[in-house]
Amino acid sequence: MSADGAAVASARVDALPRVAAARRGRTFDWGTVVVHALLILCVAVIAFPLYYAFVISTQTVPEVLGRPPLLRPSGHMLENYAAAWQRSNMARLLLNSAVVAIASALGKIAISMLSAFAIVYFNFRGKSVAFWMIFVTLMLPVEVRIMSTYEVIGSIGWLNSYAGLTIPLMASATATFLFRQFYMTVPNELVEAAQLDGVGPLRFLWAFLLPLSWANIAALFVVLFIFGWNQYLWPLMITNTETMRVVVIGLQDLIPRTGTHVPEWNVMMAAAMMALLPPVAVILFMQRWFVKGLIESEK
Amino acid sequence: MKRAVFPNRLLPYLLVLPQIAVTGVFFFWPALESVRLSVFRTSPFGDKSFFVGLENFRKLLTSSEYYSSIVNSFLFAFGVTAIGLGAGLLVAALATQKIRGLAAYRTAVLWPYGIAPPIAGIIFLFIFHPSYGALPYWLSFVTSYEFNWLLKGWVAMALVIVATAWTHVGYNIAFFLAGLLAIPASVLEAASVDGAGAIRRFRSIIFPLLSPITFYLLVVNLIFSFFGSFGVIHAVTQGGPGRATEIMVFKVYNDGLIGLNLGSSAAQSVLLMLVVIALTAIQFRFVEKRVTYS
Amino acid sequence: MKRWACAVAVVAAALVVGPTESLAKTEISFWHAMGGQLGDTVNELVKQFNHSQAEYEVKALNKGTYPEVLTGAIAAYRQKNPPHIVQMFDVGTQTMLLSGAIHPIFQLMKEQEIAINWGDFIKPVTGYYSKDGNLYSMPFNSSSPILYYNKDAFKKAGLPDKPPATWKEVGEFSKKIIAAGGAKCGFTTSWPSWTMLENTFPWHDQPFATNQNGYTGLDTKLLINGEFGVKHIGQLAAWQKEGVYSYGGRMGQPDPKFINGDCAMLIQSSAVIGGFKKSLKFEWATGQLPHWGTPYKKQNTIVGGGTLWVMKGHKGADDKGVAQFMRFIAEPHQQMWWSVTTGYVPVTQTAIKNLEAGYHFKKNPEQWTALSQLSAKPTPNSLGHRLGNFVQIREAIEGELENVFAGKKTAKEGLDAAVAKGNDILKEFAAASAQ
Repeated sequence: MSADGAAVASARVDALPRVAAARRGRTFDWGTVVVHALLILCVAVIAFPLYYAFVISTQTVPEVLGRPPLLRPSGHMLENYAAAWQRSNMARLLLNSAVVAIASALGKIAISMLSAFAIVYFNFRGKSVAFWMIFVTLMLPVEVRIMSTYEVIGSIGWLNSYAGLTIPLMASATATFLFRQFYMTVPNELVEAAQLDGVGPLRFLWAFLLPLSWANIAALFVVLFIFGWNQYLWPLMITNTETMRVVVIGLQDLIPRTGTHVPEWNVMMAAAMMALLPPVAVILFMQRWFVKGLIESEK
Repeated sequence: MKRAVFPNRLLPYLLVLPQIAVTGVFFFWPALESVRLSVFRTSPFGDKSFFVGLENFRKLLTSSEYYSSIVNSFLFAFGVTAIGLGAGLLVAALATQKIRGLAAYRTAVLWPYGIAPPIAGIIFLFIFHPSYGALPYWLSFVTSYEFNWLLKGWVAMALVIVATAWTHVGYNIAFFLAGLLAIPASVLEAASVDGAGAIRRFRSIIFPLLSPITFYLLVVNLIFSFFGSFGVIHAVTQGGPGRATEIMVFKVYNDGLIGLNLGSSAAQSVLLMLVVIALTAIQFRFVEKRVTYS
Repeated sequence: MKRWACAVAVVAAALVVGPTESLAKTEISFWHAMGGQLGDTVNELVKQFNHSQAEYEVKALNKGTYPEVLTGAIAAYRQKNPPHIVQMFDVGTQTMLLSGAIHPIFQLMKEQEIAINWGDFIKPVTGYYSKDGNLYSMPFNSSSPILYYNKDAFKKAGLPDKPPATWKEVGEFSKKIIAAGGAKCGFTTSWPSWTMLENTFPWHDQPFATNQNGYTGLDTKLLINGEFGVKHIGQLAAWQKEGVYSYGGRMGQPDPKFINGDCAMLIQSSAVIGGFKKSLKFEWATGQLPHWGTPYKKQNTIVGGGTLWVMKGHKGADDKGVAQFMRFIAEPHQQMWWSVTTGYVPVTQTAIKNLEAGYHFKKNPEQWTALSQLSAKPTPNSLGHRLGNFVQIREAIEGELENVFAGKKTAKEGLDAAVAKGNDILKEFAAASAQ
C-alpha cells in the first residue's frame, strides 16, 4: 500500500506547479498551532472526569451538594481520604489487588514462557494438541463459563482464597503467543552454537533467551498488572468476605446508593482515586513499556 | 527453514504442563460443565436435577428478555466502539503533521485505560446523577428534559457507554498513532508539497493506510465491549432501569448466581461461547492478514 | 458465679485429663448479610454470647448481600462444608424450606431439649416462617415498611404535625408542601415492590397470589394485576407525572431523596430507624403505611428482614452450641437490646411488654409504628408470602414498575407483564422443586 501511495504522490508532484506549494509551506506554522490547540482540548476533555472526581474528593458534603457545582479543589482532602481508608478497610483491599495483579502477571509470564519455549524448541508428540488447547482459551473468557467455573473453584475449595483469585488467571494464550512469536525471531545460529557448546535446554532458556526477552517481559508485565488489578467479575464471583475483596469491588460498599447516611460522594471519590491510582501511575511512568506491551500482545 | 530443536523427550511435557493444567482445570472442565448444566434443570441447592434436553435453550430463545439482552449488548458494543474509534480517528487526524510531543499527548490520553470500567462507571454515575450530578445541572440550563438515568433507560445506557468509551479511547489512539508513525514521512511530505491540504491528505493517504489498523481496532473494540463490560453494568446500573442495560454477560451472572437458575445460566453461557468462537475466528483471520501486510 | 465455677471445673478437668485434650472452644460459623452499622451490632451480640459461656464460639461473617449469602451458603453446602447458621431474608424462605438442606429450628430445639415458648413470638412472624404450625427458622431481624415524614417541611406548608393516614392525604399533603416550597417532591418509596405491592396488598387484606400467597401449593399465580393493584399503581404513576411522587430506584436507593430534603416523605423499612436517628439533620417522625380506607379493611403488614436458618451437614456435637446461640438471641434481654439499637421490631411478646413497661415506646414512638402494623391477627391474605425464586419475581415486578413510572406502559399493562413473567418464574421453580 505504501508503494501505491508513494507512486500517486510522486505522480502528482510532477504534475503541479511549485510556487504555490512553496508558499503554502510557510503557513504550516499556523496549522501546527491549531493542531496543538485541538490536541490540548482533547486531553482536557479526557482529563475532565478525573479532575472533577478529584475535586469532589477534596470537598465537604455541603460543598458537593451545593449548586452550582464547585470546580475548584477544596481543602478537605486529608479527612476524606482518611475516612475512605478507614471505612472501606482500604489497606486490605489494596493489598489484595496488588497480590492479584502481581501474582497473576508474574505467573502468566512464567507459565507462558515455559510453554512457548516448549512449543518452539522441541518436537514432541501432541505438540499441536497443546498448541490448540492453549489457543482455544481465547474463546473462553470468564464470562462464558461463570457458573461452572464457580462450581469448579468451589469443589477444589479455593473459594475466598488467594489461590482461587490468582491461579486460574495464569493461563494466557496471548502471552504464550507473544513469546512464541519472539522466540521464532531468535536466530537459529544462536541455538545451534549453544548446542554445540553443550548447553542444555533449560540453561539455554535461562542464560540466552531470558536476557533477550526482558523488553517483552517488562512490556507484558505492565499490561498484565493493569489487567489483573482491574479484574472485576472473577473476584466478585469467588470472594465474598471483606478481607478477601479486591479494591475495585470493595468500593461498592461506599457508593451512596442505599442506607441511611447522607450520601458522601466526597469520601466515595477519595476511595475511587486511591483505587485507580496504582494502574494509572503504572501507565504514566512506564508508558513506553505499556504501549509496547499493548501492541505486542495484540499481534 | 528447519528450526534447531532440543532432543529431550520428557522435558517439553513438563514445560507445557503448568499451562495445560490450568487450562484444563479452569477452562475446559468448566466449559464442559456449562454444556452439561445447560441440559439439566437443577434446584437451587443442587440436590435435585434432571435432564431436560434443549428445554433451557428453547425457553431462552423464546423469551423477550433474552432478545433484549442481545440487543442491549450490541447497542452497548457499537456505542463504545463508535465513540472510541471516532475519537481515536479524530485525534489521529489532528496528528497528521507529526508535530513534536506526540508521545506526550499519547500518554495524556492513554492513562484512562488504567481505570477499571466499574470505577469509571462510578465516577460517571456521579456526574450523571439526577440529584447531585454536574451534568444534569448544566443541561438544565439548556433543556428542561430530565436526564434521570434511574428512570430512563437510554440515559442509563448512555452513561455506561460513555464511561466505558472514556477508558478505551486512549487505547485506540495509541494504535492509531503507532500506525501513523509508521507511515513513511516521504509520502506525507510529497503530498503536502504537492498542494494537498490536511483534510485531503488525511482522506487520500492516511486513512487508507490506517484501514488495517482501523479494522483491527473495530473487531477488538467490539469483542472487548461485548464481553468485558460486566463490571461497569454490575457496579453502576445492575441491568436497570427495567433491564435497559441488561447485557448478555450480566444476564448470565444474574440468572445464575442471584436467580439461582443454573440451567438457564449455563445455556446462556453455551450460546455466548458460540458467539465468542465466531468473533475470535474473525479476529484471527484478520490478524493473519494484518501480519502479512506489515 | 456459675461461670466461675464452670471455669474451675474446666481447668480441673483439663488437669485431670491431661494436655492431650484440646481446650479450644468449638466454633460455630454464622453467615449474615448485615453490613456497616448493623454488622457492628451483630458482632457485639455475638461477642456477648461468646462471653456468656465457655464451650462455644460463634464466628460471625458478613458474606455480602442477602443473595450473595444465599449463593455462598449453597456453594458451601454442595462442598459439604456449610456454615452452621445462615441469615436469610424473607423472600428466600420458600427456597430454604424446600431445599432439604436445613435443620428446622423447632426440631433442633426439641432434640436439644431447650424449651422455647414458641407462642411468645408475634403472630405475623410465626405466620411467615412456620410450616404446619412449627417454626422452621429463628426470627431475628424483622421489620415493616412505614412512612417517615419531614416535620420541617410539614411546618413550612402549615400542616399539622401528624403523618398522613390515607393515600388521599398523602396526595393532599404533598401538593401543599410542594406549593409552599417545603420540598421538591411529596414522597418516594424504597424497595418499591416490597412496600407498594408485597405489603400494601396484605395491609388491605388483598391476595397477592393464589394458593393463599403460595402457602397451600406450588402451582401459584400472581394476582397483582387485579383491580386493586391497577388502582394503586395507577395512582402512583399519575402522581409521578405530577411530581407528587418521585420514583427513586430500587432497594434503598431513594433514601437520599428524603435525607437531603428533596422529598418530604419516605416509605421505607423500619430497619433504617437506627441509622436515621444518627444521620438526619431535620426533625422527623413516623407514621403507618398509608391506607386507602374504605372499602378496604386495615389488616396487617408482613414482616420483612430475615431469620436465622440452621444448616444440615454438621457434627451432631455442634448442634448444642447452635441451639444455645439461638436461645440466647430469643431471650427478652437480647431481643430488647437488638431492637432498641437497630430499629428492628422485637419479635416476642415478652420483649414488647418489657419495653412498654420501660416506657420505651413512649419515648421512641417511631419504634412503635412498625409493631402497630403487625398486631392484628393475620388473615390468609396477610400471613406472608411463600413464593419460590422470589428474588427473580421481585426483579420482574420492579422492572415493570419502572416501565410504568417512566410512562412507557400503563399500570395495567405493566402489572400484566409483571404477572406473566412472575408466573413463568413460579412455574419454573415448581418444576425444579417438585421431584
